[in-house]
Amino acid sequence: MSQAVTKAPRPQTLTGAMPPLEDRGGPSQPMLIAQGLKKHFPINAGFLAGPPLSVKAVDGISFEVAKGETLGVVGESGCGKSTAARLLIRLIEPDEGTVILDGDPVGVTRGLTLRELRRRLQMVFQDSYASLNPRLTIEDTIAFGLKANGIATSAAVKQARRSLDLVGLSPDMFAQRYPHELSGGQRQRVNIARALALEPRVVILDESVSALDKSVEAQVLNLLQDLKAQLNLTYIFISHDLNVVQHVSDRVLVMYLGKVVEVGPVEELYSRPQHPYTVGLLSSRLSMSPRRRIVTPPLTGDPPNPINPLSGCRFRTRCPIAEDLCGAREPVLGPAAAAHHQVACHARTAGSGHSQAPAVSA
Amino acid sequence: MVETQTPLVAVEDLTVRFVSRDLDISVVNGVSFTLAAGEAMCILGESGSGKSVTLRALMRLLPPAARIGGKISIGGLDVTTLADNDLRRLRGGLVSMIFQEPMTALDPVFTIGTQIAESVVFHDGVSYAAGRKRALELLELVQIPSAPRRLDAYPHELSGGLRQRAMIAMALACRPRVLLADEPTTALDATVQIQILLLLRELQRDLGMATIIVTHDLGVACEVADKMAVMYAGRFVETGSSIDVMETPRHPYTRGLFQSTVHGGMRGAPLDPIPGSPPDLADLPPGCAFAPRCKLKQPICEAGVPELVASTVDHLTRCVMAG
Ligand SMILES: Nc1ncnc2c1ncn2[C@@H]1O[C@H](COP(=O)(O)OP(=O)(O)O)[C@@H](O)[C@H]1O
Ligand SMILES: Nc1ncnc2c1ncn2[C@@H]1O[C@H](COP(=O)(O)OP(=O)(O)O)[C@@H](O)[C@H]1O
Ligand SMILES: [Mg+2]
Ligand SMILES: [Mg+2]
Repeated sequence: MSQAVTKAPRPQTLTGAMPPLEDRGGPSQPMLIAQGLKKHFPINAGFLAGPPLSVKAVDGISFEVAKGETLGVVGESGCGKSTAARLLIRLIEPDEGTVILDGDPVGVTRGLTLRELRRRLQMVFQDSYASLNPRLTIEDTIAFGLKANGIATSAAVKQARRSLDLVGLSPDMFAQRYPHELSGGQRQRVNIARALALEPRVVILDESVSALDKSVEAQVLNLLQDLKAQLNLTYIFISHDLNVVQHVSDRVLVMYLGKVVEVGPVEELYSRPQHPYTVGLLSSRLSMSPRRRIVTPPLTGDPPNPINPLSGCRFRTRCPIAEDLCGAREPVLGPAAAAHHQVACHARTAGSGHSQAPAVSA
Repeated sequence: MVETQTPLVAVEDLTVRFVSRDLDISVVNGVSFTLAAGEAMCILGESGSGKSVTLRALMRLLPPAARIGGKISIGGLDVTTLADNDLRRLRGGLVSMIFQEPMTALDPVFTIGTQIAESVVFHDGVSYAAGRKRALELLELVQIPSAPRRLDAYPHELSGGLRQRAMIAMALACRPRVLLADEPTTALDATVQIQILLLLRELQRDLGMATIIVTHDLGVACEVADKMAVMYAGRFVETGSSIDVMETPRHPYTRGLFQSTVHGGMRGAPLDPIPGSPPDLADLPPGCAFAPRCKLKQPICEAGVPELVASTVDHLTRCVMAG
């Protein structure tokens, strides 16, 4: 397994503008721990009386990300991937749960402040255009975030230009341009440059390459891999593209309707998926050969919506091996056969009572 | 092989230019192909290459600024010279189209059943009751569960996958002989996408329609197409059977596209993407439009636009270096 957690040297700074961030917890301290994160969005039920409804967008998820690792996050639209990301970076407040960054809890007394968090954790969104201010040159856009962090203007501009260089946009050619004067791929590079200008330790990439053409997507994926090695970054890589996630991730986390249903090392999870949802999702990948077409759909129906989701296992309505038990009791994330591989499925939990459950070992 | 009759769809040297006061760009620059009943062709290419405009030209669904040149014949009808008030003969009954976003084709204020029934009444001149009966058959044809109940659903009440199926039902309402699909599954999740692709494949086979699918996704093309046309800067640069194009791609652009596409089993290895980005259509290079990004570029590539040359009978490549 390729997990670069042996040592965590801090990268050299880009220009010296940002004070370097020290490694606090040492190599075995996870870079990020999410514990029991929960976010329900109340929805307006109109004039109808009745119990208040809510979208259970993220419904109690826990996971860790090791230093230097890339954690891939997959799942169908609406399963809560972006909400989870926004909780991690505190664009929204969780209803419950905590986030711990290199040992420091976020948003509690004596924990990391919001500004300290954003210095360490940055995010790149899917829509390259909407996330840039159309009235600022890209140099000013990047410098803006730095100045908000107390960096003097001249140092901020220098750092902004260095970041552009880093993502392959020559500052002399691009610094003075406006977002509309760039292609989609170039704009996404600017967003990456902006995130990196703060010299963060963790970058959340939420569908960051999904809107790009394949040839440009490949360029940006290569760039992200280079930057990760060069700057010693940790990535949380969210995407609906299972091939891309397999390509970039060390470990993969699978979400379904606000829950984590499976998490494990990428090779293990892709070659021996345990949760019936993961199995269906992976078998829905299209082959690249007209000779190997899919003949029956691996799953039927759409994911149901996360308003007042089902009792028990949320996947049971689409699950080929659901039993009565699955409606009665909610499965919890627990160990699967291989090390570091976890799954939330009664059929994979010894002694659960599901007819396919493995035998309880003595 | 001797062509005994004209194919269902014959397109010859199609060009589309957008001309207005402050704009003059040629976005389709000489596209030719034929398609027989029962055949499925995929137009594959990156955004801006002219795929949607080509497809829309076949139905004359372009804004007034568009100037269409060349010849389009569908079912014997000369589409390019068809008078505006004869377009009804083309749309619906002969050719019909499905889109990436179902809400472009469905009206949010009417139920699915009403919309399909109305469309059948309009085209077939039957009673509303007959139209309604046909609407139910269509919902069953596209495998919408509890179809009788769904007739009374509004589009927003359906999930993404069901909405896509409802739009397909609508497109099939008047038994088109040619079905056009523009990125029909791009907005869908993987598990739903494959369901819709299988449905399209099944319908195409059972109804014997000629189908043209536009996509940027190689996987989608492999799943549904008998023939592929790879499009770049308004031209087909490679055409052939899906198997030929996928297994022995000849044009450097096609090869570059394959090498840029992440697929299983290449974890961590650096990708080999095509450098640069597609050309500005308003300012195309004089020769091969791909030359500025091409690894094999020679001076001759800039001399003139290469012809489509056959390597085997039905496998054509627009590249002087592909040999
Ligand atoms: N601000 C919000 N208010 C209400 N519902 C929301 C809000 N943000 C997200 N949701 C809902 O939460 C669910 C999860 O959304 P999201 O996290 O964006 O999913 P994903 O990124 O996996 O597609 C969806 O049903 C979405 O409609
Ligand atoms: N109505 C229009 N007016 C001017 N230009 C247009 C119009 N529609 C499309 N174009 C241009 O034509 C080119 C090809 O577009 P399109 O066929 O939509 O590409 P795609 O291959 O992504 O489907 C693009 O550069 C686009 O900007
Ligand atoms: Mg999202
Ligand atoms: Mg298009």
